Amino acid sequence: MINQGVVMEAGMVQGMDTVIDSRHGTILYLEDVSVSFDGFKALNNLSLYIDAGELRCLIGPNGAGKTTLMDVITGKTRPDTGSVFFGQTIDLLQLDEPAIAETGICRKFQKPSVFDALSVFENLQLALKTNKSTWATLFSRLQDEQLARIYEVLATIGLTHLLDKPAGILSHGQKQWLEIGMLLMQDPKVMLVDEPIAGMTHQEVERTAELLLSLQGKHSLVVVEHDMAFVRSIAKRVTVLHEGSVLTEGSMDDVQNDPRVIQVYLGE
Amino acid sequence: MNCSSHIKFFCCGLWLCLSLGFSPLLRAEATRPELLELLRSGTMPDKEAAIEQLANLPDSLELLQALQEGRLMELKADGKLVIVNRPGEPALFSDALSKTVLDNLDKSQLSKINVNNRIRTLLKKAIALQQLNDADAGSRLLAVEALGKLMDQSSAARLAERLQTESDDAVAAAIRRLVLLDQMQNGNKEQRIQAIASLKTVNSQELVNQLQAMTETDGEHFKEADSDIRNLAAAALIEIKGRIQAYAAMETLFFGLSLGAVLVLSAIGLAITFGVMGVINMAHGELMMLGAYTVYVLQQWLPDYLGLATMLSIPVAFIVAGLAGIAIERGIIRHLYGRPLETLLATFGVSLFLQQTVRSIFSPLNRSVSSPDWMSGSWQINDFLSLTWNRFYILIFSLLVFGLLVQILKRTRLGLEVRAVSQNRAMARAMGIPSGQVDALTFGLGSGIAGIAGVALSQITNVGPNLGQSYIVDSFMVVVFGGVGNLYGTLLAGFSLGIANKFLEPYAGAVLAKILVLVFIILFIQKRPRGLFPQKGRAVEN
Amino acid sequence: MKNLDKSFGLVIAVILLVSLLMPLGNLLLPEGSAFKFSAYSISLVGKYWCFALLALSLDLVWGYAGILVLGHSAFFALGGYVMGMYLMRQIGDRGVYGDPLLPDFMVFLNWKELPWYWQGFQHFGFAGLMVLLVPGFLALLFGWLAFRSRVTGVYLSIITQALTYALMLAFFRNEMGFGGNNGLTDFKDILGFSIQSDAVRSLLLLTSGLLLIIALLLGQALAGSKMGKVITAIRDQESRVRFLGYRVEYFKLWIFVFSAMLAGLAGALYVPQVGIINPSEFSPINALEVVIWVAVGGRGTLYGAVIGAILVNYAKTLLTGLMPEIWLFSLGAIFVIVTMYLPRGLVGLFDHWIRRWTAQRQLLTPGAQEAGL
Repeated sequence: MINQGVVMEAGMVQGMDTVIDSRHGTILYLEDVSVSFDGFKALNNLSLYIDAGELRCLIGPNGAGKTTLMDVITGKTRPDTGSVFFGQTIDLLQLDEPAIAETGICRKFQKPSVFDALSVFENLQLALKTNKSTWATLFSRLQDEQLARIYEVLATIGLTHLLDKPAGILSHGQKQWLEIGMLLMQDPKVMLVDEPIAGMTHQEVERTAELLLSLQGKHSLVVVEHDMAFVRSIAKRVTVLHEGSVLTEGSMDDVQNDPRVIQVYLGE
Repeated sequence: MNCSSHIKFFCCGLWLCLSLGFSPLLRAEATRPELLELLRSGTMPDKEAAIEQLANLPDSLELLQALQEGRLMELKADGKLVIVNRPGEPALFSDALSKTVLDNLDKSQLSKINVNNRIRTLLKKAIALQQLNDADAGSRLLAVEALGKLMDQSSAARLAERLQTESDDAVAAAIRRLVLLDQMQNGNKEQRIQAIASLKTVNSQELVNQLQAMTETDGEHFKEADSDIRNLAAAALIEIKGRIQAYAAMETLFFGLSLGAVLVLSAIGLAITFGVMGVINMAHGELMMLGAYTVYVLQQWLPDYLGLATMLSIPVAFIVAGLAGIAIERGIIRHLYGRPLETLLATFGVSLFLQQTVRSIFSPLNRSVSSPDWMSGSWQINDFLSLTWNRFYILIFSLLVFGLLVQILKRTRLGLEVRAVSQNRAMARAMGIPSGQVDALTFGLGSGIAGIAGVALSQITNVGPNLGQSYIVDSFMVVVFGGVGNLYGTLLAGFSLGIANKFLEPYAGAVLAKILVLVFIILFIQKRPRGLFPQKGRAVEN
Repeated sequence: MKNLDKSFGLVIAVILLVSLLMPLGNLLLPEGSAFKFSAYSISLVGKYWCFALLALSLDLVWGYAGILVLGHSAFFALGGYVMGMYLMRQIGDRGVYGDPLLPDFMVFLNWKELPWYWQGFQHFGFAGLMVLLVPGFLALLFGWLAFRSRVTGVYLSIITQALTYALMLAFFRNEMGFGGNNGLTDFKDILGFSIQSDAVRSLLLLTSGLLLIIALLLGQALAGSKMGKVITAIRDQESRVRFLGYRVEYFKLWIFVFSAMLAGLAGALYVPQVGIINPSEFSPINALEVVIWVAVGGRGTLYGAVIGAILVNYAKTLLTGLMPEIWLFSLGAIFVIVTMYLPRGLVGLFDHWIRRWTAQRQLLTPGAQEAGL
């Protein structure tokens, strides 16, 4: 409901024209980030680097800090210590949520959060990458290429036939797709995807995997998922979080054979 | 003094001399029957002289009091003086001289002995002088106080005399103070300096008046000719005034605390329903109103036992308001959990309903609720500091209620369940806690406390259909300011808002003070949206 | 959706017809005619239009943006006071004390000159501007503070209630210079015409009706625009909108200020028709009544708010006339019943009935499916 911490004003970032300096190949830097709630350390000196165009999977038991990590990147939670940079130059800790979204970091929530009262089309329309100030929004009219883009995304997420139905009537899986569609509409540089396949049928899972794989390269993706088969099907690199810090990092095979990971998942 | 008042003064004096000169029976040592006769048939100056003498005779208190209260009568037939006894005494009439009981008399046979204001003042002094020898120390103290306001040479002498034999410390101190005051005015220079030095630690309005007078001018000259004395008086005055300011601050603090106590009382019920349960109950004020009307009704039933009725209304109001609360919860709020704005509107509807019900039953006018004797009046600590008992008791009462509530939440099974349900309803239910029942009881508890708050309010404010409305905004402000879900925050917020209000009042006026406090809270909430003591953690976010 | 559009048009048509026909009946028909509407009834309907406009403005912030303001009548009262100040200045030397400059209550309080904040209000244009700017500015200030610190839900409601309560206390003070207890009254002229005359009353009714219609159309356009979608989205999932890159606080502020201005306009139209404005207009209970108008009609539909305001006020006029003691009982009952059983208000109820009816008809007549939808 109410966020703690300082809220920065807009204008720090020049909207869509922001140039992300990722010359060193890395697009997202998290260094020594710590967050604590009432003494409980949700993140503990966590450091994580995401490369441009990479598809990274984050796994870890419950309470490992995966969602908190996303909260920190998107500005919902302010870390107690540490630094978070987007590219070489943009200090994300100086920005609030809309400003971060404008720089090109988008997020799909664990619980699908689409706008139930609005139609599928309108949901996508709101996500459209455009000037999002009040006055521009008030007088905005859809351009032809924007309309084309919306239909393109509708086709990608397979909801064209439901475009004028309120999002509230969609199934859980369809809502997940719609939210992924909303990410696509924003044409982000980094997509944070929290548990994308919960509530999906087998076919939908497969299509989601295809979609995510098709997105890498053009976008950087960070996917949080519990379903190991799904992670195996998409991930090249996997990061394992445990008790708020990175336990290990590597290919799925490496990670699955790591005795520490086995211990964390299976217990002593 | 201007010319005309000079003339008036002169005329009065002349008249006084003449009448004194012609008074036939005035002697230094008149007997009691003679004095009584003077009271009956003498002129006003005769009566004055008689009273002066009676004051010095032992055992004339009853007579003087009767005269003061208009109960001294003359038997028309033979001019015998008769005292009409106070109601409740065994005999109706007694002889003023012999004090024997008189039967077979009728009021129509009697005529009243008249007095005028001068004589009444004189009587006051005479009665006080008589009471100076009373067996009861309390009466003696009252007598000394009365004399302090009517000091003259003769009473000063009598006081000094009494001091020799006075056994009670408080009375002796009071007498000593009067004697010192007398010395300060009428003693020799050394005595006066001494008197000022020892008096300046005393808290007395009379002293301040006299010192003030000593430092003032009457146009050209200082009223006090001696400059040493004058300077000493001025210095003493400054010292005392400093103390007066401190006492004034203490009094404001007390007023603030008592207002805070009222706020706390009205807000802690809300802190439970709003803070612990997350339910906005706009009818909270009307539940307080129900409590206040409970006092009224009980006092109507037991008109002869006001104290008992008031004490009894504490548990009764708790039950009445508590049951009303449970009814509201079961009937309405239960269906609206998770929809706080709808709850707010529905309970507002209930509040309108309750208001109109009370209006229809008891009339729209305010009803008067009496305070028991021990709650009225004030605790006079000294001339500059007095605390009204009702506010004092409410302060204690609110702390008691608060303490009790904290203990209930902390130590009882209900308290544990309430906290469990408020933190995680689904989990509590899974553990077998009947959450519906707990909700109803919690709401009943919060509402019952509102009823108790209403009892307290009935002692300091008008009991009417609008009683609740005038407190609801303030109560919400207290809860929000303190931090929702934190009882100690509510306590601190209530007291600090009360004190802030009362300290602002002298500068800004009551209404503006209130506005300033409201504006302050509005701004404060912008800075700290969760109040003074916010709840933290992940659960709060949603 | 079609039902809604139809009802919307119907409401506008009714408002327009009543606003035109009542004045015509009053001005043109001879005495004794059944449709010779009295000046009283014209002002009464004019008052309903103002309340409807107020309800509509609240519906914009509550129904669409989900901000339950319990102090919306404060903006209404401020607009009313601004208009009242203009009307006071028009009295000139015709007051009881005959002072050419100072209103009566200032003379009574022994004030020597007009306070600075009363300057300029003799000009209708300036006053008209202030009708929008004063409530707008208060909303801007308050909203900026509140929305920026992300005060939401019941907290915001309670704080807005405190705000209007504080304003009420302030306006009750004589020192504020707005007539204290008695407020502003005894108006004479508006734009040089007697405020009591039938023609002026008729024109005021017509103006209120037209402005109400314009507001309805504007609100409808707003709700259909992308702005409206963003605001609806904020109501349902505030934080999600933020992650889409919208500055939620600015959007809330925009709609809040817009709505406050509409409320101010409603107040300004209200005052000349009832002839008085006093601090009780700020009272928290008034603000809550506005909320219930919207709730009765059905929030989030605009025309529902209009219907609710008119119905509840008509009931109030009837009941307070017949059995005053019944009114508060009824109002209390309305609050409870609407929140518990009619979450979408009367509009929702009718919508439900119509749907059921058409569904039944479709069942009865096979083949109507294609035609019906």
